[in-house]
Amino acid sequence: MSSSVPRLALTGITKRFPGVLANDQVSFSVGPGEIHALLGENGAGKSTLVKMIYGIMQPDAGTIRWNGEPVTIANPKAARKLGIGMVFQHFSLFEAMTVLENIALGMDATIPQRELEAKIREVMQHYGLKLEPRRIVSTLSVGERQRIEIVRALLLNPNLLIMDEPTSVLTPQEVDQLFVVLRKLAAEGCSILYISHKLHEIKALCENATILRGGKLVDTCDPRVETSRSMAEKMIGGNLKDIQRQPGAEFGKPRLEVSGLSVATTDHFGTSLKDISLTVRAGEIFGIAGVAGNGQNELLLALSGEVPTDSADAVRVDGVKVGRMAARDRRGSGLATVPEERNGHAAVPDFTLSDNAVLTARDRLGMVKGGLIDARAARTYAGEVIASFAVKATGPGAFAGSLSGGNLQKFIMGREILQKPTVLVVSQPTWGVDAGAAAAIHQALVDLAASGSAIVVISQDLDELLALCDTLAVINGGHLSPPMKVAEANIEDIGLLMGGIHGQTTAAEVAAAEGHIHAPQA
Amino acid sequence: MRLKLEKRPEPSTLMLFVTPVASVLLTMFIGMVVFDLLGINGFRAVIDIFLTPLLASYKWQDVAVKAAPLIIIALGLSVGNRAQVWNIGAEGQYIIGALCAAGVGIAAGTAGGPLVVLVMIVAGIIGGMAWAWIPAVLRTRYDVNEILTSLMLVYVAFQVLAYLVGGPWKDPNGRNFPATAPLQPSQELPILFPGSTVHLGVLIALILPFVFWLLMSRSVFGFQIRVVGSAPQAARYGGFDTKRTIILALLISGAMAGLAGALEFTGALGTINLGFPSNYGFTAIIVSFLGRLNPIGCLIAGIVLAVTYVGGQVAQTTVHIPNATAGIFQAMMLFFILASDILVRYRVRLVGSASSAQGVKA
Repeated sequence: MSSSVPRLALTGITKRFPGVLANDQVSFSVGPGEIHALLGENGAGKSTLVKMIYGIMQPDAGTIRWNGEPVTIANPKAARKLGIGMVFQHFSLFEAMTVLENIALGMDATIPQRELEAKIREVMQHYGLKLEPRRIVSTLSVGERQRIEIVRALLLNPNLLIMDEPTSVLTPQEVDQLFVVLRKLAAEGCSILYISHKLHEIKALCENATILRGGKLVDTCDPRVETSRSMAEKMIGGNLKDIQRQPGAEFGKPRLEVSGLSVATTDHFGTSLKDISLTVRAGEIFGIAGVAGNGQNELLLALSGEVPTDSADAVRVDGVKVGRMAARDRRGSGLATVPEERNGHAAVPDFTLSDNAVLTARDRLGMVKGGLIDARAARTYAGEVIASFAVKATGPGAFAGSLSGGNLQKFIMGREILQKPTVLVVSQPTWGVDAGAAAAIHQALVDLAASGSAIVVISQDLDELLALCDTLAVINGGHLSPPMKVAEANIEDIGLLMGGIHGQTTAAEVAAAEGHIHAPQA
Repeated sequence: MRLKLEKRPEPSTLMLFVTPVASVLLTMFIGMVVFDLLGINGFRAVIDIFLTPLLASYKWQDVAVKAAPLIIIALGLSVGNRAQVWNIGAEGQYIIGALCAAGVGIAAGTAGGPLVVLVMIVAGIIGGMAWAWIPAVLRTRYDVNEILTSLMLVYVAFQVLAYLVGGPWKDPNGRNFPATAPLQPSQELPILFPGSTVHLGVLIALILPFVFWLLMSRSVFGFQIRVVGSAPQAARYGGFDTKRTIILALLISGAMAGLAGALEFTGALGTINLGFPSNYGFTAIIVSFLGRLNPIGCLIAGIVLAVTYVGGQVAQTTVHIPNATAGIFQAMMLFFILASDILVRYRVRLVGSASSAQGVKA
């Protein structure tokens, strides 16, 4: 717990961007060895605050004290010199290089390679991080890649480690391993600033939490005595709505049938789909869990028709063979999709919302007459989406790129849902979306299913899938596991499937990989 | 204090209009300074190049005739540029278009009349399209950069022209000069105002911008072009075929360049010689950007660039500077418009001392 002098103390930190006050008089402190959570919805100002602590941005006003001394952190190098390390949500690694080369590139000082390797092995052994320094990054799982970033930060013997949404890409087992490392670090006196929106993790890990909303500090609490719900409500500043669904609803006829779908990836670092089969019936929400990069993107593209398949039989919508159809014709047959990436894939950032409505709704909603676009119909529809999904935007004429991530996601989901598709496939429907918006999106999906549509949700957020879906399968290395009923699913088993322990070959690969690792397990 | 570029939340509409005008004014100013430093009356040169053609009514028809091909070619290039397809070879498509029109005219012999002229023009359009089809196929099938291939084909086109006018199509009565026989009057484009040089092509150049405006801003096709240029992945997601869009964009720009070549041949020059290529295809690139890839903008920018063409000739006689001077002004304009483009998406801000006090303890 915090002793007399906090390791890091912020007072009155204010940061203003054009049109937004990102941080407004934020003050809090982190003691030595404390694991401190920074909580808040998207756009609450967490990232901005952390960027100022790590020297990426400068506060407009306020003081940062480090071990009681006021400091100006001019850049990340200065932050690292003080003993502040950071592990970002998105890794900056070169796929074609080894772990060792990647770490060497990120070091401020030049250290002979052999010395560096010895140091890396020492750090890994000490914290029980399993990683082979000579492996090529492209062959590593996301969890292993994150370990590179952690080792990189630990090599500097930090006194404060900032972790930005570290568990969003990990399997439950990997999360547990990460927590062991973080607790050990804290026990040795290193302070940890932990940013996450997964409240049960914060409950399990952190002893203090600072809650931001709209750039302001709204509350501090002890997560160990709070409930996830109470913290969520503090975050959004209101009551959290539960998903309303009718109990014991029966599923109807099969609406989406995928059988033996195999697609070879064209991307060097992509994943090929191998013999994927699934059936989703009317009223059913089918979840696909898995760690990022296991074929989720490829599956979405194969279902949307952006990458048509060789066999017309492989994908059927309401019995119609759509496997060879391109995206536009599949939409015509009632299949709508929402890809994971909002900017530049699901929406065009420098188009207006109205034009973005034309992008996918033009045929289904009759916005085209004689080759010309009916701009009024597009505007009306965009306005409808904005109103019924409570999208915060200046109107149908607002540029998609000017919306916050959560609001754009609400618009995109609304644009597809209001077209009343018979089958809807969505990837990461609430990625980077705040709790309030996520609840609204979940409810809309449940309502769409209740109206008789079949829905597939591809997500890395296991909690989301467990709360939302009726049926669940796990994708790993391009294979899809047999489906299981969510009511009967066991988190441990799902975690193992996500980690790839489901077949002879994969198990052998894992064993082979383990054989390379010299560092003993902690 | 230092300058800082800050991304605007939305592209600035004001800057979209201000920057082209500012580019023209800056070009005039810098040109004046440079010529003064060279010991030439810079003020006079700039006045003659940019204003005399507008103020002297007898120059208007020259401006109109020169603006027509620039506008027509720029319209096509803007479609390609919107789709992020960079056709640098409009000059070649223009040459081939004119040659195809000439070929039809020669084949028709003494026959003339509206139908023959129409076929000549259609042949020009098809010729330009065919020439642009080569880089289109290379790009979509083999991923060959269309900037290089379209540009190289300009030189091929010029060699084809040189061969034809110096060989098979050489005018037997032309004292052995490499040129085609002058077009017979019945194969010429009608003149709009008797006694002037203003031909039907000028009217076409006035109407086409509005057709293209409708196409680009209202039609599904225009939408498709814009999505493919702005976010190719979103275009595929929205059900548009990216490759087909790229091919179409190149074919349209080729068709427009071919049309301009055929109109120039049948309307203005009436003969093709080695001097036929007059860089309209390259200058139209400047017109396209100065006009902000907007069809109506191309109309205005085409007139501005035509003014510098005509004005260059004026300055040649008044301040005795080479005709190439107009080219320098045109190039400067392109540089300024491309450089000032950044102001549409970014704003310049003066940053105070807060962040310059790096490393100083607060």
